[in-house]
Amino acid sequence: MSKGQSGAEQRLVTPGEALGSSSGLRNGSGVIEKEGQFYSTKFGYLHSFNQTISVTPSHSSYMPQSGDFIIGYVVEARSNLWFLQINGPFQGLLPMSLAPWKVEFGESRKHLDIGDAVFARVQEVDESHNVVLTMKGVGLRKIGEGAIESLPAHLIGAFLGKQNANIIKLRDSTNARIIATDNGKIWFDGDVESMRNVRTLIATFKQCIHSEELQVLIDNL
Amino acid sequence: MGGYGDVQLLRDDGKRLDGRAVDEMRPVTIEVGVLPAAQGSAMITHGLNVAVAAVYGPMEAHPRKIQRQDRAVIDVRYNMAPFSTSDRIRPGFNRRSQEISKVTAEALESVVLVELYPRSKIRVEIEILAAEAGTRCAGITAATAALADAGIPMRDLMIGVASGKIEDTVVLDLDKAEDNYGQADLPAGILPNTGEIAFLQMDGDLSPDEFNLAMDYNFKAAKEIHDIMVDALKQKQTRGDA
Repeated sequence: MSKGQSGAEQRLVTPGEALGSSSGLRNGSGVIEKEGQFYSTKFGYLHSFNQTISVTPSHSSYMPQSGDFIIGYVVEARSNLWFLQINGPFQGLLPMSLAPWKVEFGESRKHLDIGDAVFARVQEVDESHNVVLTMKGVGLRKIGEGAIESLPAHLIGAFLGKQNANIIKLRDSTNARIIATDNGKIWFDGDVESMRNVRTLIATFKQCIHSEELQVLIDNL
Repeated sequence: MGGYGDVQLLRDDGKRLDGRAVDEMRPVTIEVGVLPAAQGSAMITHGLNVAVAAVYGPMEAHPRKIQRQDRAVIDVRYNMAPFSTSDRIRPGFNRRSQEISKVTAEALESVVLVELYPRSKIRVEIEILAAEAGTRCAGITAATAALADAGIPMRDLMIGVASGKIEDTVVLDLDKAEDNYGQADLPAGILPNTGEIAFLQMDGDLSPDEFNLAMDYNFKAAKEIHDIMVDALKQKQTRGDA
């Protein structure tokens, strides 16, 4: 098996590229097994962790999963539910019964109107990819302050760091409140200076995510 | 494609009119990530052909009647710009562009792992900016590079190439004169790593031996273009504009 992260530089692979024998290993995201061999299905960086070989794509869309913490934007309000843009292929559906307020039938826009942003959680994704959202839970609310930036959804894990180490450092160094969600959105709030710093750091993070400069950036926080 | 007996397409030294050997391809360049608004994009120059492809999605398939409950649909729109040829083309969809859009979509559906995105649509736009024979192949190659750039999972990178026959000689990668006055054209969509063929058309007549030789040329050219595409994808990533 080729080493995914043998050195500081990671291996870039393209769809159809042979990744070596599959014996004793499992295939993760972006990797398929065929006749005892692993092949990449995505263009991205090869990773090997816990005997699992996967490819982190250089670019990908967010695919919602049950339990995901997300930021969504209201794009449509009906009498008893809202449709939210959640940065995925399908809109999320927030029924009135899963909103944190008591909403009268036909008065949904009094609570959430088109363009509003909310913190929500994915309650359920069925086999037809219908995404049901909930706002019942700790920290789930309408967003009334701060700013939102975007990152490719697959980079959120790297942005948070192991046990949220990166984001804790970022919060401490900028004095801003920062929340990163599974659908590639980052909400932050603070004074003007700290918000400017966070914005700059997110932009730098995007550029050096796959290089050694990332560790230098985090160490210097 | 019946051939024109009085048009000389091979020189006395056995080379073609543009100086290429019979198994020589026109120069190819590929650039990935050329359109910032698209999820993935690529531009290919293949000889004098210039094609740009953009990928959007996966997104919810609309209208709902086109949705498939178990897989994504690939919606390809191939279009030649009015200024792409010496005679102005009337803008808009015509029968030829409809046919090429359809066969390209079917070829891509066999390569993309569409079962991962039920009820979705992946939209692929192919725009031919300059045409000089072989635009469907250039479009397929550009679309594949754009899909890879968009992070869409695929079994392999599909490469569009064509061989044909002129003056009873099998040649690789027909140019405009060879396409217009030659005897046969054999465009193919090839998966170089797996050795599979996802798309194959034939215009004109080839004997079994000629067909085999033409496919050998196609496979050889597909490997060369594949290497160029891989370099282009890696270059984009190292440029840091992912």
